Parts: sequence; structure tokens; C-alpha cells
Amino acid sequence: MSTLAIDKAGPSRKVKYGSMSRDRTWALRWSYFFLVLFAIFFLTPPVYMLITSLKSSAEISAATNPWWVFHPTLSNYVELLTSNQFLRFFWNSSVVAIAVVIITMLISIPAAFALARMKFWGSATLATGVFLTYLIPDSLLFIPLFKMLAVFQDYTGITLLNRWYVLLFIYPTLTVPFCTWIMIGYFASIPKELDEAALIDGASWLQTLTRIFIPVALPGLIAATIFAFTVSWAQFLYPLVFTTSVDQFVLPVGITTTLIKGDVFNWGQIMTGALLGAAPPLVIYAFLMDYYIAGLTAGATKG
Amino acid sequence: MADVSLRKVIKRYDDVEAVRGIDLEISDHEFIVLVGPSGCGKSTTLRMIAGLEDISDGDILIGGDVVNDVPPKDRDIAMVFQNYALYPHMTVAENMSFGLRLKHYPKAEIKERVTEAARLLDITDLIDRKPKQLSGGQRQRVAMGRAIVRNPKVFLFDEPLSNLDAKLRVQMRIEIKKVHQKVRTTTVYVTHDQVEAMTLADRVVVMNKGRIEQIGTPNELYHKPATRFVAGFIGSPAMNFLPCRLEDVGGTLQIRLTDRIAFALPPARAARYNALPRTEKLLLGIRPEHLTESHAHLEPGVETFETVLDVTEPMGMETLVYFGLDGTPICGRVNPNAGAKDGSPMRLAMDLNNMHLLNEATGVVL
Repeated sequence: MSTLAIDKAGPSRKVKYGSMSRDRTWALRWSYFFLVLFAIFFLTPPVYMLITSLKSSAEISAATNPWWVFHPTLSNYVELLTSNQFLRFFWNSSVVAIAVVIITMLISIPAAFALARMKFWGSATLATGVFLTYLIPDSLLFIPLFKMLAVFQDYTGITLLNRWYVLLFIYPTLTVPFCTWIMIGYFASIPKELDEAALIDGASWLQTLTRIFIPVALPGLIAATIFAFTVSWAQFLYPLVFTTSVDQFVLPVGITTTLIKGDVFNWGQIMTGALLGAAPPLVIYAFLMDYYIAGLTAGATKG
Repeated sequence: MADVSLRKVIKRYDDVEAVRGIDLEISDHEFIVLVGPSGCGKSTTLRMIAGLEDISDGDILIGGDVVNDVPPKDRDIAMVFQNYALYPHMTVAENMSFGLRLKHYPKAEIKERVTEAARLLDITDLIDRKPKQLSGGQRQRVAMGRAIVRNPKVFLFDEPLSNLDAKLRVQMRIEIKKVHQKVRTTTVYVTHDQVEAMTLADRVVVMNKGRIEQIGTPNELYHKPATRFVAGFIGSPAMNFLPCRLEDVGGTLQIRLTDRIAFALPPARAARYNALPRTEKLLLGIRPEHLTESHAHLEPGVETFETVLDVTEPMGMETLVYFGLDGTPICGRVNPNAGAKDGSPMRLAMDLNNMHLLNEATGVVL
């Protein structure tokens, strides 16, 4: 009886295995189909930007095929990259984004460590609270924030409004909660015994954080860094509200306010500026992504 | 090197008492094993010695000093964890030297100590590898190396072999014993495996429900258990417990197991149990090795009875036989050549010279 059952099971399992690989083929075909669809959908705007940036104003307004460059020119690039104003925006954006990343990390990492590891009264509630603050949209938050800074200015005489560095106080309201939340998750995934071992080895809390947690959670740290940089770099509403002088502008606000004069849209330069503005995050992604994935896989095989 | 004392140590979590006032004196160089089922408080006790858990009441002394409020790093202890807890981003050498580097030892001394520990543990070739490139056994050696290089007063082991497969566990058990013979550091070792406890310990502390059931050498625990819990926990297969009562028949003291089975007690045992009330509900505790096949020349105090075997388990050097007496399942150990077969009748001999008698209600060995 039993041998008969085994004989039957043998070939039937083989057939199932074959069908599984057929399933896989189909799954792959569908994946490719949707991935290609996705790629077309998301790559069309940047490609269109690139094409437009290579045209002269005359060609843009001419009724030719918008998807083809007949007389390619780099004049838009030359003009923007030699314009002190544009370089000023770029500089402001860079300083703000880098400073915000540093400020965010200096706050988020110790905060996440404390919330994830140093069990104190209310730490769980506080961790949830941190995440909830992230859910408040910036379009709601900017009014009270503006009011606060205005009152601050009235009382202390220190001017923060209409200064690029006001953004160093404003952006962390967006980046700190989210980065803290990501880091709490990463720190929580580190086995408890690791900090206990460090504690017994003689490490203080700070040494445990800097010598064990930060190196071990590096992939999470990089994810948080990328997030903080992207958010600061692309933020539009806050700089639009809090800065009004041209020399204080960051890139997104600068491009839209100085390259659109009344109802005249300088499309070639707008597209060029947007493309140049998109470059730094792209470079950072390209550079850090490899490291990020390497870190992820190293963690996965740790066992 | 130091002795460790626990005095009326209590650990409370909210309303639950995990450790209920334990007293333990561990002398210098001693290898103590805390053993018990999960949830018995053994790990909590170890963690309190380490300083990873606060104690709710009582005192813990290391080397004569009360360390109740001393942080782990100042207790001069080293701990080996069940999941090794190696720092994944550091090499083996860096892992082992981490504690020394934090204390700013001179580089030359760190190198010397790490080399020495690596040699002792036979991991010299692995010194530049990361933990993820090591096998489970190698990782556990590194974890021990990390403890050894610090030359602490006390080693604490928290179930260090539980993550290893059976064969490796036996091997590492011997390694740990060898290391202790060389470094002679006072050691507290927690395990739920009674074989580990018996083989490693100078003295074993059996814990149950937050209390110490018995402290003794492995042999004492095996041959003179104090309670039913210890008697049943130490030894594999476990000791058999049969409901019984004492009765006097014609001037001799008898132990009655079932309606048809009653044995006269050997004189030494009869003298010991004679004062017990005859009405008391008792348990006969007998280890499987004292239930063997019957043969022609039985020693005094060995009594035989006929039974039908339910199941037999040939182990090679012996055969385990399972049967029931009045519904109580019983295990015996017979010679593999004795012809024990599933479902067949067999005459077995019970060695009453090695019996234990327990109070059924209190579980105390009489």
C-alpha cells in the first residue's frame, strides 16, 4: 500500500514543479509589462524636460514636433550657469539641505535611540506622538509657524523671517519626526543582547550608540539621510512663505518666481533649471543606493 | 576572581514575583549551574547578578562588596549570551578587544590578551573574520573569548549552547569545561538542560517557580533528591513515581503498589520508614535503571514482578521498556539481550535498595 502511494506521489510532484516554473514565466512577463509601463509613465516628464531644455525660445514657441529637437542648443544651460542669481539659489538650496540633514540626524538619532532602548515612563506614547506629528500637513502648519516667528521677532528683535536660515528651523519639523520613526524601527530590530553585551563590556549609553548602534543601523541611517535631503531639497511651500527677497530664495522658489515674469514663461530656462535642480538628489541616490543595498544584504545574512 | 553571594534576593515585575527570595553562596573558582524549566527565574537571577535587572529586595555581593546599585560595567563580570550577541560590524579580534579598548588598555597588552584567548579557544585563524562568516560554534567561541580577555571576577553564561545542534553542544560543553579548568574563574551558568547541568557543574542549583528547590553536587542531586521536582527533573528518562502505601504484614514492613503487588522493604529502608503513619498517601520513586530484567541470582532487596510491556525502545546499549501499573505509566531499562518485545509479558526486578519514598501531598522526599 505504502509503496504504491509513494510511486504515485513521485511523478505528480514532478508535474507540479513544471507548472510552478510555467507560473513563474508568466509572473515575469506580467512584471516586465507593468515595469515598462511604469518606466514610460515616470520617465516621460524628465525626457520632455531634457528635450525642451535643449531648444531655443523661438523653437519652443514654433509649431514643430515638441518631441524632437531640430536645432539643439546649450544656450539655456550657459545662461543659467553663468547667472549669479541662479547660482545663488543653488548655493542656498545646498547649504539649507546639508544643514538640515545634519540637524535632523543630530536630533533624530539620539531621540530614536532613547525611544527605542532607554525604557522610560511614557516612551511608547512619545514614540507614537513623534509619528503623529508627521501626519500634520505642511500646508496647515505654515500659518502658526509664521505667526510664531513673527511674535518671536517682535519680542526679541531677531529677524528670522525672509532669511534663508529660517528654513533650518522650519524644515526639521518635516524631517525629524519621519527620520526618528525610521530610526526607531531600525534600532528596535537590533537584538537587545547587543546593547547588554556593550553595557557589560563597559560602554556608556553614548558609546553604545556611537560604536554599536550607528554602525549596525547604517542602512537605516542612510535611508533617513536620503529622505531628509530629498525633503529639504524639494520643499516648495515653506521657502515660498518664509522668504520673499530674491537673494534668500532656494532653487524651487527661485526658478518659479524669477523665470516666470508676469504671464511670460521662459520655458527653456525653467526646464533647464528644474533638470539641474534634480541632479543632486539623483547623484546622491546613485551613490548611496549601492551602499544602502550592500548594507541591507549584509544585515540579512547576519543570522 | 571572587565569590558571589545572593541574600534573600527578590525580583518583582508589577505584581508577579519572578524570583522569590533566594539565598546562594558561590565560592571562588566554583562552577555553579542554575537549572530549571522555563520561567523558573534562573535567567532573571543571572541577569540580576550581571546588573542587567534591578533587584527588588535583598543583596547581591561580588567579592564581598554589595553591588545592588553598581552598574554592570563596574561589576567586573563578563557574560556569554544564548544568541552570542557579537557586534556584527567588528572582526573577531575587535569583538574580543572591545571592552579593553573602552577601558584604554595599552595596545600591546590588548593584542597579547586577544592572542592568548584565541589560542586557548582555537580560533587564531578566524581572528580577522566578521561574525557573519563564522559558524554557530565558532561564534560561541568568540563570545567566550570576549569574556576571557577581560579577565573578570565572574563569568556568566546564559544558555550559551541552546542555539547549537546536539553534536556541537556536546563538543562545546567539553570546551567550556576545559576553559574553566584553565582559567578557574568563578562561573554561573544557566541552562534548562539537566545533562549540561550535571556534566559541567561543581554544584547544581535546581530552581522552580522562583525558588531554589535544592543545591548540591550532581551526584547528590541524582542520588539524594530533596523533592519530587528535583527527583523528576534530574535524570533521563525521568524517575518513575507510583502511588503506594506502607503496611505491616507479619512483623515486616511492606510497600503496597497495587492490589496484587506488594514488596517487603529491605531492613535499612524499613528502619528508616517505620515511623511513618500507615495511612499516609505516599509515592514510590524509582529510577528506570533500577527496574531491570529479572535473573536467577537476585541480591537482597531486589523484588520481581510480572508485567506486560506496552512499548519497547531499543537504544543499542540498553532497551527502554514502557508498561503500566494500575494506570501509572512506568519506564524501565533492560539488557538488550533480555528479549523485551512490544506487547509481550516480562518478569522485571525492582531494586528497592535504591528506592525513594515521597509524601504525595507535599512532594518532599522522606
